[in-house]
Amino acid sequence: MLRRTFLTTVTALALATPALAADPLRIGVEGAYPPFSFKESDGTLAGFDIEIATALCAQMQRDCELVEQEWDGMIPALKAQKFDAIVASMSITEERKRQIDFSEKYYQTPARLVARTDAGFEGTPEGLSGKRIGVQRGATHQCYAEKMFPDAEIVLYGTQEEVFRDLVLGRIDAQLSDSLIAQESFLSKDDGAEFAFLGGDHLDVECYGEGVGIAVRQGEEELRDALSAAIAAIREDGTYAKINDKYFAFDIYGGRPASN
Amino acid sequence: MENILSFIPLDITLIAQNFDRFLYGVWVTLNLTFLALLIGGLLAIPMAIARASRHAVLNPIIWGYTYVFRGTPLLVQTYLIYYGLGQFDVIRQSWLWEPVLSSAWWCALIAFTLNTAAYSTELLRGAIVDTSKGEVEAAIATGHSYRSRMRRIVLPSAFRRAIPAYSNEVIFMLHGSVVASTITLQDILGVGRWLNGRYYLAYEGFITAALLYFLIVLCITWAFRWLERRYLRHLARRETPAAARMDPEPTR
Repeated sequence: MLRRTFLTTVTALALATPALAADPLRIGVEGAYPPFSFKESDGTLAGFDIEIATALCAQMQRDCELVEQEWDGMIPALKAQKFDAIVASMSITEERKRQIDFSEKYYQTPARLVARTDAGFEGTPEGLSGKRIGVQRGATHQCYAEKMFPDAEIVLYGTQEEVFRDLVLGRIDAQLSDSLIAQESFLSKDDGAEFAFLGGDHLDVECYGEGVGIAVRQGEEELRDALSAAIAAIREDGTYAKINDKYFAFDIYGGRPASN
Repeated sequence: MENILSFIPLDITLIAQNFDRFLYGVWVTLNLTFLALLIGGLLAIPMAIARASRHAVLNPIIWGYTYVFRGTPLLVQTYLIYYGLGQFDVIRQSWLWEPVLSSAWWCALIAFTLNTAAYSTELLRGAIVDTSKGEVEAAIATGHSYRSRMRRIVLPSAFRRAIPAYSNEVIFMLHGSVVASTITLQDILGVGRWLNGRYYLAYEGFITAALLYFLIVLCITWAFRWLERRYLRHLARRETPAAARMDPEPTR
């Protein structure tokens, strides 16, 4: 297994508590989920998750070691103490919370509606009343669309690709999906030229969960809270924005933290 | 009651709560299936006659059509009509687009109709060709023209003999109609998949859909059994006096 050590600045180590400074913090990462986590041609890890992990370590003034782990073994490896935290775009869900604990979210790509640029209606429950909204079946968006737009006709598709295809053909008036996916695989392409986001972000704990957080073992409240505080700090000082802008055209942090 | 239900690993409350949606799904399925069977059946009659009489021009054309539609899956045919035709600007700007091809329901009806018409044509052609020589010769001997022979002897006889095979076509068409759910229609399976997707269930929606299809097939089977008893009585094997004597059971 490839291991890579990132040494953070040593200058302020004296400020850290002795317990925290003792061992390097081992962070499980995936390395196969671009643009969040991937390998450069020379084998070094790169991506949004990787840079966020590094920035958090710098913020917490801890030595960090990134440990590569395949996705399906991520939680067992955390529980088996192979590493102490997971920074791998893991969504905070109730089911996982039974196994592990999560920091506050560090990003949450919100759902957004997409419609024709000249749609002539608003992305509100009233504006979409009687309109046809396409969503992928079984996705969190089906839950949200039916809850949020009860007067619209929710049209279900097997794949997100089919949703975009029928949006182009005009069989649906709007579609609801992950904003990042909509941007990367539709709006930035030729097919999406006459389309745009309609209205703002849609966030909903019941349907969408609480965003993507950093996983730690249960009972490690100290580490969890330190990570949450570090996330807030890099949001504050602009480090997050700098990393974000390297990869994405808009702020993927989403709205306020879901726990507020 | 509560205790008995809890042993069944199904969320029956959710199914019951959404049963009106399933009933609407039954309506969509039945109306698509039987409209397609009706229109497809009517199209099949002239095509079967043209095929059976080996019409010089029409026969090869119809043969090609049935060959293509029987040789490709219904799902592919439906996708080609629903997604394929929409790729052409010419079609999107034509009068066909707005009321017809832009609607999933019409696309499904067209695909199902063309599909069942192809199968029914070949089925009926077989029945026409198989008409016993005696019946045809008797018709010729009594001075029937080709047209009146077809209308009064061959077709009624062929229709009757096609009933058992056609019951299969009806059931296949009903089962094939699940394809509608892949192009966004809320037929029985569409509602089942909606339920699964909405509540993150694994099989509640599928089991409910399966039961509903099963019930419909049961009704179709009964209906065809009645039709066969009524219209195929003359073909039923009669008990010979010798067989009746050996078998004390009363005969029907």
